[in-house]
Amino acid sequence: MSDLLQGLPMPDFSVADPSSRDGIVLQGVTKSFQGRKILDNFDFTIERGETVVIIGRSGEGKSVMLKHIVRLLNPEAGNVWIDGEDITHMNTKRLFEVRKRFGMLFQGAALFDSMTICENVGLGLKEHSGLSAEEIRIRACECLAQVGLDKVEDKLPSQLSGGMKKRAGLARAIAMRPDYILYDEPTTGLDPITSDAINDLILQLQAELNVTSIVVTHDMASAFKIADRMAMLSGGRIIYAGSVDHVKKTGHPVVRQFIEGSAQGPLSVF
Amino acid sequence: MTSLIASIGRGALDNLAAAGRGTVLLLDILRQLPHVWKMRSEILEQMHIVAVGSLPLVLTTSVFVGAVTAVQAVYQMQAYVPMKFLGTIISKSVFIELGPVLVALVVGGRLCANYAAELGTMKVTEQIDALEMLAIDPMRYLAMPRFVATFLMLPVITVFADGIAVISGYFVSVATMDVTVSTFVEGLRMYFDVADVASGLIKSFFFGAIIALSGLFFGLGTKGGAEGVGNATMMAVVGSCLSVLVADYFLAMLLFQVVFNK
Ligand SMILES: Nc1ncnc2c1ncn2[C@@H]1O[C@H](COP(=O)(O)OP(=O)(O)OP(=O)(O)O)[C@@H](O)[C@H]1O
Ligand SMILES: [Mg+2]
Repeated sequence: MSDLLQGLPMPDFSVADPSSRDGIVLQGVTKSFQGRKILDNFDFTIERGETVVIIGRSGEGKSVMLKHIVRLLNPEAGNVWIDGEDITHMNTKRLFEVRKRFGMLFQGAALFDSMTICENVGLGLKEHSGLSAEEIRIRACECLAQVGLDKVEDKLPSQLSGGMKKRAGLARAIAMRPDYILYDEPTTGLDPITSDAINDLILQLQAELNVTSIVVTHDMASAFKIADRMAMLSGGRIIYAGSVDHVKKTGHPVVRQFIEGSAQGPLSVF
Repeated sequence: MTSLIASIGRGALDNLAAAGRGTVLLLDILRQLPHVWKMRSEILEQMHIVAVGSLPLVLTTSVFVGAVTAVQAVYQMQAYVPMKFLGTIISKSVFIELGPVLVALVVGGRLCANYAAELGTMKVTEQIDALEMLAIDPMRYLAMPRFVATFLMLPVITVFADGIAVISGYFVSVATMDVTVSTFVEGLRMYFDVADVASGLIKSFFFGAIIALSGLFFGLGTKGGAEGVGNATMMAVVGSCLSVLVADYFLAMLLFQVVFNK
């Protein structure tokens, strides 16, 4: 453990029997790139229906952590359970069934650049739903409207601005009406008004469809608005987790420095 | 010295590992074949890219291959071999060797670069991950249609190229050299053997598989950003061309010493 956390309490997220509980459980997940441990014995649990915001400094491994939840990356050690099912050693077919219940907004939107926006949003439906082309188009347009995009259906991703791409990616993530949505920086690059509309959308999905959301963000206003729980990732682990009220009042020096966005404190800048 | 041996050993192991992963990729693609009907529109689209897109390239290549074969043959034959063998020599060298191999090299370069750059870009911009998140298997959706299209269309292109090359050889011989029409056609027909054309086509099925596999393998294995895509594209083209030449030798051994051995 790094020096800066010396003497601070470390939360314990290990659960006794992950195979008999709902939600997402990560246990002992370890991953390194080029010999550097990005996730180090990472434990965390996300309950059904809650919105968890993950914060942490750039390059700490937040995106890597999200990818482990759906096994876009394979851990070197440890396991991931989704609603009691261990996905770590599951075959591809089963894994695809699990992924159908997930939507993911990628940090870089990751739109298919050879397809129009409408085809991007409707691809999952086209492959799995059996809906007609007309119905898919209507659903895709509905999803685009939910993220505040219209008249872009027939454009190519390269014809959209960065923020519009992000929102089109979000529309694609919600098109299949998933139970779980992973958001990697949903409001980065958006103007404050659109950002707030996205916050409202996340809250609305939770209220109406009981969607479980995991949101990685650097946008504190957004985090405070949408989170049921906030967790901070540092040194390959969750060093702190608590409700928004707890976070706002916490005496944890690292978390304090982060949410206040101060260059002075235990976290050094360079 | 020890470091040299170590690096040679490491190189050999890396190549062995790559060959292993290539085989795994091939098996993964073959496992997707039951989805051919479902993916028919993508396969047709890829076939269009492979065949129609390659036409100008193949046309130019085969016109000049035919022409140069004629010039070279006339030069080497004069005074030793009667000109009635000119048509035989041109057609046999085109059907057996030049057609399939040169098509595999030029069309292979084109397709490998296309596949590797496209899939490599999709990989580094997380589009492949995005496909996986929609529960769509990239093997079924991206790899299999490209593989099937290349495998099926390369022989078709080769037949086309063979025809053009022989016609071009004919025109060059008749128009610019002292060969009469009847001499050329007689030589063409006298020693025509279906086995020649068949062996060329069998080879081009293999070449098609090699080309697709190389492009897909390096494309899907891309790491990093623009540099990674550039690297993958280069490796794919080099890998495909070298594999085609090596496979050509072994296929020639197999076909002419075992299968068509008279
Ligand atoms: N595919 C990869 N290959 C090698 N290293 C990687 C790879 N993916 C991530 N990393 C490394 O893992 C670390 C964590 O990356 P990650 O993208 O998870 O950061 P992050 O917390 O999401 O940062 P940001 O807030 O800037 O998005 C980085 O140091 C990065 O260099
Ligand atoms: Mg990130």
